[in-house]
Amino acid sequence: MFKRYLTAIVAAASLAGVGSAQAADISGAGATFPAPVYAKWAETYRAQTGNRLNYQAIGSGGGVRQITAGTVDFGATDKPLKPDDLAAGGFVMFPTVIGGVVPVVNLPGIKSGQVKLTGALTADIFRGVVKKWNDPLIAKFNPGVQLPNLPITVVHRSDGSGTTFLFTSYLAMKAPRWASEVGANDAVKWPTGLGGKGNDGVAAYVKQTPGAIGYVEYAFAKQNNLTYALLQNKAGKYVAPAAANFQAAAANANWKAAPGFYLLLLDQPGGEAWPITGATFILVKARQDDAANGREVLAFFDWAYKNGDGAAAQLDYLPMPAAVKDLVRKSWSKVTGPDGKPVYR
Amino acid sequence: MTTAADVSAADVPTPPRIARGTGLDRAFEILCFSAATFLLTALGGIVISLAIGGWPAFEAFGFGFFTSSNWDPVQEIYGAAGAVTGTLVTATLALLFALPLAFGIAIFLVELCPPILRRTIGTAVELLAGIPSIVYGMWGLFVFAPWFAKHVQMPIMMSVEPGSFWEKITAGVPNGAGILSASIILAIMILPFIAATTRELLLTIPPQVRESAYGLGSTTFEVITKVSLPYIRTGAIGAVMLGLGRALGETMAVTFIIGNSHGFPTSIFASGSTIASTIANEFAEATDRLHSASLIALGLVLFVITFAVLALARLLIGRQVHA
Repeated sequence: MFKRYLTAIVAAASLAGVGSAQAADISGAGATFPAPVYAKWAETYRAQTGNRLNYQAIGSGGGVRQITAGTVDFGATDKPLKPDDLAAGGFVMFPTVIGGVVPVVNLPGIKSGQVKLTGALTADIFRGVVKKWNDPLIAKFNPGVQLPNLPITVVHRSDGSGTTFLFTSYLAMKAPRWASEVGANDAVKWPTGLGGKGNDGVAAYVKQTPGAIGYVEYAFAKQNNLTYALLQNKAGKYVAPAAANFQAAAANANWKAAPGFYLLLLDQPGGEAWPITGATFILVKARQDDAANGREVLAFFDWAYKNGDGAAAQLDYLPMPAAVKDLVRKSWSKVTGPDGKPVYR
Repeated sequence: MTTAADVSAADVPTPPRIARGTGLDRAFEILCFSAATFLLTALGGIVISLAIGGWPAFEAFGFGFFTSSNWDPVQEIYGAAGAVTGTLVTATLALLFALPLAFGIAIFLVELCPPILRRTIGTAVELLAGIPSIVYGMWGLFVFAPWFAKHVQMPIMMSVEPGSFWEKITAGVPNGAGILSASIILAIMILPFIAATTRELLLTIPPQVRESAYGLGSTTFEVITKVSLPYIRTGAIGAVMLGLGRALGETMAVTFIIGNSHGFPTSIFASGSTIASTIANEFAEATDRLHSASLIALGLVLFVITFAVLALARLLIGRQVHA
């Protein structure tokens, strides 16, 4: 027993020793949505440079808490911090990859892309006001589609999530009633329906319930071949959730006018733009206690911007447009060491 | 006169005793003491940190935290009543389902089972206890829920009289997720625990006790109900209460299957939430101070409920022993 304790203590001590010995190790924590692509990047980065990155997918809220406490080198969040909060926390924030949210349905005889929805209509459905699929309000936008006389079952995420934040922000933007009665957050008080845990939980409930409608993140919908609905965008066109349409939304957005890159890519202009698009973000401290460490973090993301697009696309994330990457690189001058000089370049 | 009687104990050579309070003995004592107090300190620390962490929620909502079921992260209004009700209802239902089955299994294994089956069923019960709860959750969501919806929920919902009391308490979405499904999954989870403990208890009954009863002409049924079960009553209550404790705190499996909506569950097929599922769902993303404080406060409430259950068990056991 003593021996076992001793071994554990020695093991813990040696782990700690390794951590302090290799200064090139960087650590991050936060959002689960981009975790697969960060892991993939870290793996390739290590193979190419020998530098390690340790990312813990503990959720966006956890990421913000950890970077605030200073226990990690960077935090990751799907829900961008408002410029005021950024200033208060002393953070610099920048986007890494883009994803989107897709409404998925289970209607007998209806295939992907056959049902058309608008933002306001989706809000009414999720508010429980439109209760049946053959409601004239839905039929109005779907001439020629045989919608069944089925009750609508709303399925939402039960866990706090950036996906919910994007989705509810979009509904709040398109429907004043939603904004005043429910609001936008990573968890809200849902007026109706049931909650599934994670994308897979939502997808399972939708699949098992004829007449269900839910929302999942794009990569999940694509990889699992879920039946999606078309959404009307700002230009009035009904678009499908496809890679090009997310990129269109990101490209059309006015990042220059977004201080601290606080920008939700919701309802962006352009005929191709998918209306529920959003980036995921990285938070670093604006004033780094250890300049070398700060440099390593930014070097990693600079490397990822240059070399990581292929890996991101493979995993169904969308890379940032080149122009936005340049803007981000410029913003890194705000990350300074103890001497007040920029840590990177 | 034999000399043996004159030999006093002092004359017998004894191995030298290690004096109390010295050397190894003392070290061992200290080690055991610190192990025991460490647990106590940890327990106290958890209660105190839960109370401190949850204090902002108690401060903001007062007693309303326990009576309101309004859980609105956007408006930052939090009430625990829905989750507390969900927790108590699912755990109680689970216990109701699990208890007869568990006792049945245990009695069968010990009193009636042919020896050839005993090992097989006994091992199966123990294996059931070893399945991780997340597996129950996945199985519940992907296998049990669709089956339950089709073969239990739909027939019940279609056969109840419209407008009746039965229609009200069976209202819901026919997809197999909800309070009743969660309770059944919970029952399956706590069943092996109660069954295995009860079996062990039954095995501790000295054979003479049972044999005497049979000798007096009792039937098997009489032996079981009048001799065996009363004999293990004390321990069985403890086993049941520990099972209930597990049901109260079970997280992952319930999160998958309960439907996760805040507010009072109004029917057995309605979706609801438990304290543990709410914490599991929201804690990772709770950035607002009041949101995380409310979740921690929920944790404290669960702690108190579990403590009350265990205290009740102690009380019942104590009464049995003294009676």
